[in-house]
Amino acid sequence: MTTVTAPPNGATKGEKPSRSAARVNMLRRFMAGEGFVAVLIVVYIVAVSPFASGMISERNAINVLSNLWPLAIIVVGQTFVLVLGGIDLSQAALINITNTFGALLLAKALNANTFTSTIFWGTMLGADGGPFATTGGGGVILAILIMVTIGALLGSLNGFAVAKFGMPPFMVTLGTLLLFNAISVWMTHSENVAALPPEYLQIGQGGFGGPFTYAMVIALVLAIAAHFVLSSTPFGRWLYASGINKKTAIISGVPYKRVLISAYTISAVFATIGGILYSTRLGAGRPTLGGDTLLLDVIGAAVIGGISLFGGKGSVLGAFLGAIFFVVLSNSLNLLNLPFTIVFIVKGLVIIAAALLDVARRRVLGGTP
Amino acid sequence: MTAPRLELRNVSHSFFGVPVNKDISLSVAPGEVLGLVGENGAGKSTLMNIVGGVLRNDQGQMYLDGELYAPSSPSEAGKNGIAHVHQELNLFAHLSVADNVFLTRYPRSLGIFTNKKKALAYTAEALELMKLPFSPSTKVENLSPGQRQMLEIAKAAISEPKLIILDEPTTSLTSRETKQLFGLIEEMTSRGVSFVYVSHILEDVKRLAHRVAIMRDGSLIAVRDEEDLQIGELITLMVGRNLDNRFPEREGAAGDEPVLTLDGVTATGLVDNVSMQITSGEVVGLFGLMGAGRTELARVIYGLEHIDAGSVILAGDDITKADPRERIGKGLSFVTEDRRGEGLLMDSSVDVNVSLPSLRRWASNLLAPIRRRALRRDVAAVTEDLRLKSADLDRLPVRSLSGGNQQKVVLAKWLVTQPKLLILDEPTRGVDVGAQYEVYRTALQLADAGTALLVISSELPELLGISDRILVMRQGRLVGDFYKSEFDARRILGAAFGETPTDSGKAV
Repeated sequence: MTTVTAPPNGATKGEKPSRSAARVNMLRRFMAGEGFVAVLIVVYIVAVSPFASGMISERNAINVLSNLWPLAIIVVGQTFVLVLGGIDLSQAALINITNTFGALLLAKALNANTFTSTIFWGTMLGADGGPFATTGGGGVILAILIMVTIGALLGSLNGFAVAKFGMPPFMVTLGTLLLFNAISVWMTHSENVAALPPEYLQIGQGGFGGPFTYAMVIALVLAIAAHFVLSSTPFGRWLYASGINKKTAIISGVPYKRVLISAYTISAVFATIGGILYSTRLGAGRPTLGGDTLLLDVIGAAVIGGISLFGGKGSVLGAFLGAIFFVVLSNSLNLLNLPFTIVFIVKGLVIIAAALLDVARRRVLGGTP
Repeated sequence: MTAPRLELRNVSHSFFGVPVNKDISLSVAPGEVLGLVGENGAGKSTLMNIVGGVLRNDQGQMYLDGELYAPSSPSEAGKNGIAHVHQELNLFAHLSVADNVFLTRYPRSLGIFTNKKKALAYTAEALELMKLPFSPSTKVENLSPGQRQMLEIAKAAISEPKLIILDEPTTSLTSRETKQLFGLIEEMTSRGVSFVYVSHILEDVKRLAHRVAIMRDGSLIAVRDEEDLQIGELITLMVGRNLDNRFPEREGAAGDEPVLTLDGVTATGLVDNVSMQITSGEVVGLFGLMGAGRTELARVIYGLEHIDAGSVILAGDDITKADPRERIGKGLSFVTEDRRGEGLLMDSSVDVNVSLPSLRRWASNLLAPIRRRALRRDVAAVTEDLRLKSADLDRLPVRSLSGGNQQKVVLAKWLVTQPKLLILDEPTRGVDVGAQYEVYRTALQLADAGTALLVISSELPELLGISDRILVMRQGRLVGDFYKSEFDARRILGAAFGETPTDSGKAV
C-alpha cells in the first residue's frame, strides 16, 4: 500500500548515527583537516631530530620561530584568496615593492655613487636619506601606513582584474608578479637599502623578552583576527560560499565581486606586513627579498595545512600549522647539511605530495563541489 | 509491398522503474517523413534515443528493412544507416568543418594516414549540396548557430543513411536556412531516405510529414495521415489527460496591490518586450515550451541578465539597474531550476545554506560576530514549519538529504528573507510526490500571507492546479494571459505552440 500524503517528517539519512560511528566520522574529519598536519609535525620532528644535530635546542627553536612568524602571516593572507578558489602568486613580488619603497622612505643615508641614477634621487631621496630619515618613531608609523596602503592598492588591483574582467587569477597574479618584481628592482637598481632607523628595525629584531618577540605578537594578533573573520562573521561565510559555488553565492545575494576584491586586498596587506618583518630582521630593504622560494613555501604551506586549491575549504589554524611544518622542514634540511639541490628536491616532492593529499582529502570527506 | 524502412514492435523503456515508453509499435516507410509530436516529457526523445542506439529498449524489437535491428551504441546505429541529429549540437568548436564531418571515419591513405585532401573534397561536395556558404576548412567556432545546426545535418546526410532522425532541427535556423533544410529533406526522400522529424513547431511538422505520430505520457496515442489531421485536433490529442488531485487548496486570495510590474522589458536574444503585473498574494504560473524564454525572464527579473530596455518595478521601487543583492533586499527571491548548481552549497549544512541570504540579520556589521544561537533558532523555526526535521541542521551536508528535502532547504532559505515576490523555477522537478505536496503547501501559505508567486513549470497540470493566472511565453514573448475562470489546458497549450488565441484567451 502506498500513501501520497506527505511523510511525517522529512526523514534524513543518518539522523541518528550510532555513537561510535559518529566518533569515527569526527576522527576522520579531524585527520583530513588540521589534525593531520599537527600529527605530521610531531612525527617529523621525532623522526628527524636524531639525525639533525642541534635541532632540539633553544637556539634553533628561536631561529625556527623567527622564520615562522613572517611566513605564517603571509600564508594566512593567502588563505583568504585560496578559500575563494583563487590564488595569489604576486605576494612575494608585492613584498619586494613595499619593503624596498618603505626602506627608501626611512633610510638615514644613501650612498650617492650607487643611488644617484635611480628614479627618486634628487626628489624624494638624497645623500642624507629618505623623507622620513629624521622623523623618528612617528615617521616609522607613517612609513608603515604608506607601505600597507600601497600593498592594499596593488592587491585590490589583482582583485579588480579577476572580479571585473573575469580573468583567471593564476594569469593575473603571474603577470603582476613579474610587474611588481620589475618595479622593485627598477626603484633601486637592485641595490639593498640599509641604514634604517632603529625604531623600524625593532619590529623584526626586538621583543618583550624571551621568545615573546614583537614579530610573534604581530603574527598571533593577525592570525586570531583572521580566524575570527573567517569563522564567525558574515564576510567569512560569504568568502566560503563564493569559493564553494559562485553561482549559488551570487543568487543568494553574496556581493561576489566585492568579496573577491577584498580577499586579494587582504592577501596583499598580510604579505606587506610579513615583508616588513623579513626586512627589519634583515636590517635592510631588499628588492629581491621575496624570491621564488618564498612563493613555493607559501603555497606549499597552505596546501599542507588543508587549504584546498579548489576553494571553499581551509582554516587559519590549518594555514598556521602548514607554515610551521614548512619552517621545520626547511630548518631540518639545513641542519642535515644536505646540498642545496637536495633541499629543493625534497621541498618539491613535499609540495607534490601536498597536492595529492588535497585530492585524497576531498575523497575522504566525500563529495566534489 | 516491401518491408518498412524501420519498424518498432511493442517497444518499452523505463528509467528506475518509471515507464517512459509504453508498448510502442510504429513503422516508417522508405522515403517517408514521419512527424513525431508530444508535450515536453512525453517520451519522444527516449524513443528516438532507443532507435539511435543511445539507450536499449527493455522490451520489444526493432526491424530495419525487415532485419532485426538492436544497436548497442550510436556508432553501431550509424553503421546500420541510422543518423541521429540531436537537439544539442555535437560539434568540436576548435576543429574545422571537415574534421568534424569525418571525426570518426576519416578517409585513409595506405590504411593508416589520414587523407586530408579527400576529406576536404567530400566535405566541399556535401556543403555544395546543401548550399552552405562556408569552406570545409572553416573552424566551427566561426559559424553561426544556424550554420552549425546545418552542419550537423550535413554530417548526417553525407554518410548516406537509410533513416535520419531530426530532433527540433529548426530552433536555431533562420527562415532561409529552414527553407534550405526542407528542400534538402524533400530531395533526399525522393531518393528513398526516410526521416523521423521531431518538433514543437506543428506547422513545420504538417508541411513535411506524410504521417504524424502523437505521444503522450510515454504512450503512442495515434498515428494519422497528415491530410486528415488539423492542428487543433493535434493539440487536443497531445494534452487530453486527466488531472489528478495532487494540489492543496489555498485559503487566501490575490490582493490588488501591485508587487511586480514589468514594462516593455527586453533583453536581446532572451526576452522580447514583456509587460506584466503581479499583485500581492497572487500566484502566477508561467507556461511555455522549452526554450520559450521562461527561465530567461526569471533571470532578467532577478538581475542576473542585462536588461536592454524597459523597467522592472518591485513594490514601488525601480530595480531595473539593481544587482541581485539589492533586489533580495527589496524583497525578491528565486528558487532556481538547477538546485545543485545554483540553489545550494551541497557540502555545507542546512544552517549555512538557509542563513546565507540573510546573514546580516544576525550580525551588526560585516565583520561582527554572527549571533549563532539566534541564527539557529530562526532557521529551526522555518525548517520545522516545512517539516524538515533534522537533528543535524548545523553539521550534515545537504548533499545527504533527499531531493525533496533539498528543495525544502532552498525554500527555507527564501522564507527567512520574508520576500514580497518569490520566483519558483520548476520547483517540483526531481521531487517525490509527498514532498511536492509540501512544496506547494508552503508556497501557497506564503501567498496567503501576501507574497506574490511566479511559478515556472513545464507541467501544465501543476500550473492549472495552483495558479490564479497563467501567462504563456513563446519565443521570448508573452503570448497568452489566462485567468482561473478561463483555464483550459487545450487553449493554453495551443498558445504555447503558437496557435492564434480565440475568444476568451486574450492575446497580450
